Amino acid sequence: MSWRRFFRRAQWDRDRAAELRSYIEIETDENIARGMSPEAARRAAHIKLGNTVRIREEIYRMNTISPLETLGRDLRLALRGIRRRPGFTLAVILTLALGIGANTAIFGVVDGVLIKPLPYPDADELVSIEQVAPGLNADQLRMSASQYFTYREEGRVFQHIGLYGDGGRTITGLGEPEQARALFVTYDVLLALGIQPQLGRLFTEADATPGPAGVAPVLMLTHAYWQRRFGGDRSVIGRRLIADSNPTEVIGIMPEGFRFLDMEPAAEVISLIALDRSRLTVDGFGYWSLARLKPGMTVADANADIARMLPIWLNAWPISPNVAGRQVFENWRITPVVEPLKDEVVGGVGDMLWILMATIGMVLLIACANVANLMLVRSESRRQEFAVRTALGAGRGHIAREVLVESLVLSLIGGALGVALAYAALQVVVATAPTTLPRVEDISLDPRAMGFAIAVSLLSSMLFGALPALKHAAQHGTPLGGTARGASTSRERQRTRNSLVVVQVALALVLLIGSGLMIRTFRALLDVEPGFGTTADLQTARVWVPPQQVQEPERVVRIQHEILDKVAALPGVTAAAFASAVPMEGPLRVWTQAIYVDGQKYDPGTVAPLRRIKTVSPGYFNAIGTRMIAGRDITWNDIYGRVSVTVISENFAREIWGSPAAALGQRIRESPTAPVWREIVGIVEDVHEDAVHQAAPGMVYWPTMMENYAGARLFSMRPVNLVIRSEQAGRESLLAGVRSAVSSVNASMPVFLVRTMKDLYDASLARTSFALVMLGIAAAMALMLGVIGIYGVIAYVVAQRSREIGIRLALGAAPATLMRMFVGQGLVLTAVGAGVGLVTAVALTQWMSSLLFGVERLDPPTYAGVLGVLGLAAALASYVPARRAAAVDPVETLTAE
Amino acid sequence: MPRRESPLQSETPQGTLDMLVLRVLVMGPAHGHTIAHAIERGSEDVLQIEHGSLYPALHRLENRGWIASFWGTSDNNRKAKYYRLTPTGRKQLAAQTTRWEEIVRAIGRILKPSTDQTS
Repeated sequence: MSWRRFFRRAQWDRDRAAELRSYIEIETDENIARGMSPEAARRAAHIKLGNTVRIREEIYRMNTISPLETLGRDLRLALRGIRRRPGFTLAVILTLALGIGANTAIFGVVDGVLIKPLPYPDADELVSIEQVAPGLNADQLRMSASQYFTYREEGRVFQHIGLYGDGGRTITGLGEPEQARALFVTYDVLLALGIQPQLGRLFTEADATPGPAGVAPVLMLTHAYWQRRFGGDRSVIGRRLIADSNPTEVIGIMPEGFRFLDMEPAAEVISLIALDRSRLTVDGFGYWSLARLKPGMTVADANADIARMLPIWLNAWPISPNVAGRQVFENWRITPVVEPLKDEVVGGVGDMLWILMATIGMVLLIACANVANLMLVRSESRRQEFAVRTALGAGRGHIAREVLVESLVLSLIGGALGVALAYAALQVVVATAPTTLPRVEDISLDPRAMGFAIAVSLLSSMLFGALPALKHAAQHGTPLGGTARGASTSRERQRTRNSLVVVQVALALVLLIGSGLMIRTFRALLDVEPGFGTTADLQTARVWVPPQQVQEPERVVRIQHEILDKVAALPGVTAAAFASAVPMEGPLRVWTQAIYVDGQKYDPGTVAPLRRIKTVSPGYFNAIGTRMIAGRDITWNDIYGRVSVTVISENFAREIWGSPAAALGQRIRESPTAPVWREIVGIVEDVHEDAVHQAAPGMVYWPTMMENYAGARLFSMRPVNLVIRSEQAGRESLLAGVRSAVSSVNASMPVFLVRTMKDLYDASLARTSFALVMLGIAAAMALMLGVIGIYGVIAYVVAQRSREIGIRLALGAAPATLMRMFVGQGLVLTAVGAGVGLVTAVALTQWMSSLLFGVERLDPPTYAGVLGVLGLAAALASYVPARRAAAVDPVETLTAE
Repeated sequence: MPRRESPLQSETPQGTLDMLVLRVLVMGPAHGHTIAHAIERGSEDVLQIEHGSLYPALHRLENRGWIASFWGTSDNNRKAKYYRLTPTGRKQLAAQTTRWEEIVRAIGRILKPSTDQTS
């Protein structure tokens, strides 16, 4: 057998025929020569030669590749069948396209976010290094610079380990002053990532000479910033910019497409952290850290290695004067948490995406059940055809194979259409995905997603094709004369269809319950009092007074106050204030402090519980809409008069003094050795600072300027968020007013991170609303497919039993009774399916508890509501075909055959 | 569907027909008709064959490269397809003939053991 021969068969067959003809002629000639009549001679020649057709067939078969041959024939048959039944085909292909398309799209997301490695070389060697301190009541403790040095020098598992943080750098001297988003790194962070610069060079250890504010006078630019500010000019390397009022040399450009983990908004410039080793202490836990492991080292090795180094570190570095001894840190019980870097980047969305994937998989199962049902009905109508073909010698496997080939063709067409759908869907997902969905830029329909689509198509064709194919194999030998009269033979097939519908209903119920729980979660989130007022009319923007321009803390506050007065005077502004951070800004503006309460005893060697802190200007609570529960706000007189006062949150007050009123007049301080106590003058309501679904932390609101705070004689907060209440929030008119107010006070102060509170609030709900929308779509598809399934089965039963119905009607049965009978049948199927679904849902919803908030996973209203919806839909789906039963004309059906 | 073997293949040992065809072609190129009659005559009409069953064998031999074909004109001026032995075919014939003779000797020994022992 060979391909060449396979394709040249036709020509060879003609050749063979000519050869056989020539035999006949020669033999006939000889027979005539022997004295036969021409006719007898020809007949004798034919007899001598034998059956020429069979000879040719035998030779033809020698040259075939037989599986290919039959596949070709089956394909032709399948395509012919598909063309001949456009309605059936369309229904099947659309159902499959939806199922496969949705699965491919979600796979694209899951693959991009969860499966693909991070876009760095050998990304599986990269780890994040965090630590927890159970003794400090802190979920997470960042790393201190001294830890970094110890790990770098004593560590046995790291190739490179580095510290990083984020923030901004004010770039001046290029026209308008600009606050560039900055990534701060030690020189080894970029080495660990394994990224080469597009232009210039990376930081080296020698660059890290300590400069002002702990930053070295060198800078790298990202590709986008280089293009935007310098038009891609290559001569920028070596140029000196003014960053935070310090001359800083540009030494390199990062390659296009470089992203640092999932930093959002993305960095524009990269600064080098310069640490003065001689002044480091054990504490100062302010940095994030990542590392590249040596080949062959595991995360467990790294955890063990750090655990080994922690005592070394603790004894090697001096402790700050305001800490009561090394014992304090030992009591913290610091424990390393090294994780693959990807886990850190992906964070908590893994659960949600896997749930979505499972959900969409269920939709595909429902779709397959529907298609299997359609195929069964379809093959029912082909029973006669199959019987004839069986009688003509078609084998049992032959017809089954044909059915499988047909389903294969259908699912591949459906799959192709599905990929197109998935492509469109992914565009939408990427455009609308919540900003909290990490790695959105890695989502695409790549060859892997295509492979997945093909695999899913093949699998689903097996799923919905196998059932009809098996049925055919089983029913082999149907008598030729069998007609639709044989109601008893179809009973078993009806049972198959019924079970398919039960499965569909069960799966649809599970999905409906899932999305019902999400709706309840969303409602619960919306019902949470966040602790601040309406969000759409609340504008925030950050301004920063650089220390290079203004030294004295009080000057800083005067400038901020002046800006505030100008902003408050803008048309439409009803309130304005500032604070060190606004709620829901993200983890980078979260500050905590151990707060000591007057009159409480603290064991030596322990620290007081950590509280969240914030500095605020007078009027902040009014502007943001946080209610004052007792006492009064901080005033400008307090600030300029340097009166030691503070405001705390209600939950903190209740925890210590039992009631808000009792807390008034009490005193707290930020260190056990601080020279002054600060008096609590006001209590405000609790604020969900982190996200709506996270508990409101106990808060301490310090005045924006304080005497004798944290070791400084006079402290004031330099970067602050303006909080502006105005109907024009988010509009350019207001923003222009704010910018001109700021620049009229100081022309080199940039305004940045301009957002409305609604942006922040929506972002904190984004994960839930994303899951809600996706689950909602899946559940809607499932319900629709399930309803179609029920409708199909009842409609088919009605059509099958139309003769029986006719007879019953003729004998005087009431149409309404008949109708009830069929609706009842649909409802029984639904009830069985719902029963199975309930059990499944109870088992499966435990996987989604991490997505739920304010609702039990066995929430009775959800289950009741979903059952109601499903029952109603099922009743409708069986009512429509049942009505047709009642409308049967007895005379017509009885004379039909 | 059961495949029916051509009579000649089923009634003669496997490969025999091939050998006979090759043997005929040693004398020089011939067309199918000639080969069929030559085999019949050569066997003194012991092998009565349906001449048609020869053609699949010819096709098979040609596919193996043991014989080659060309269109020519027969003695009585008819167009006919001629076959000739290729060098490979010649080698095959030698090998098969040797093997055949060995088999015949072996069978002979089994069928007439006593004669063999006494001689």
